[in-house]
This record gives sequence, C-alpha cells and structure tokens, in this order.
Amino acid sequence: MKLGRVIGTVVSTQKLESLEGLKLLLVQPLDEKGKDAGAALVAFDTARAGEGDLVFFEAGKEAAQANPNGWFNPADAAIIGIVDAVNVTGRSFP
Amino acid sequence: MTLARVVGNVVSTEKHPQYRGYKILVVQPIGGDGKPKGRSFLALDGVQAGAGDTVLVVDEGGSARSVLGDEEAVTVRTVICGIVDRIDVAE
Repeated sequence: MKLGRVIGTVVSTQKLESLEGLKLLLVQPLDEKGKDAGAALVAFDTARAGEGDLVFFEAGKEAAQANPNGWFNPADAAIIGIVDAVNVTGRSFP
Repeated sequence: MTLARVVGNVVSTEKHPQYRGYKILVVQPIGGDGKPKGRSFLALDGVQAGAGDTVLVVDEGGSARSVLGDEEAVTVRTVICGIVDRIDVAE
C-alpha cells in the first residue's frame, strides 16, 4: 500500500466490460512527508474518493480483487481508503 | 520479506470493508546496517508493532491473509509479520 493524492479523473468510454462502472482516478504517489514519490498512475476507486483527497491505494493483483465486477479483470491499482491523518515521528499531515 | 522500520501510522475512516479493524502503519525499508533504503510505504499490522520498531514486512496477498488469519481479506497485500529483535551481519 502507498499514500497518494488524487490529482484528476480519467474518462474512458471504450473499455473492457470488467472495467465498466468503475470510477478511474489519477493518483500521485506520496512519501511519508507528503512529497511526490514517483509517477502518477490510474487507480479505480472503492472509497468514494475525489479530486484533492489524500488516499491510500493497493497495487498489483490484490487490487483487482476489489473490483465489484468480479476478480477476472485487468485493474492493477485500487484506492482503498481516504486518509484522515498521517502521523510520522515528529510531524503530521495534512 | 523486507526489513523496515515503523515510522508512523495512518488514520482512515472511509475505507474498503476488508481493511476495517486493522492498524495501518507507515514503514521505511532499511538495509542490513539499519539505514533507510528506498521509499516508504504502508502496511497493515499483524503483530502489534508500533512506531520505532524494526519489522519484517511481507508484500504478497496469500501470505498477508495467512498473517492476518483472515481469508476474506483478498484485497490486502502488505502486512507486518514480525518484530525484529536483532540483525547480525557478517563483517
């Protein structure tokens, strides 16, 4: 799991049936200080997240398991939760 | 498995139902010398770890479910499975 910030939405009309109905969001991974850590990626949402939200996401085949359309799908990142607070020794955010 | 140090925790109310009831910790991977190595990530706690602890982290779904003893948690992948007492490295 990683921390991330939702920085946009992705709209796709022509796509696999197993991806229908999913909200696709553009997520910028963050480190424990809230700084950008790596390239942005597309994740589907399971936590009612929206643009600007601090979230955590799961990558890999486990993410596909969170797809309500069934486990046989090509999703490789899923937003699992909205972060209320990150407490790291000596500092906290947001 | 990866060696890491627990550097903090994450509070989340709105989350996937399979993650309810588990502590989410921020971990920083370390090398054999105990120094930070690479980027931090998040892991569920399976062994009552806390900030400052050196831990073992497993990053695979099947193993994660067995650590948590929760076969329903199919979306979980990263779990702390041990607290490290000591690391011995040959000179």
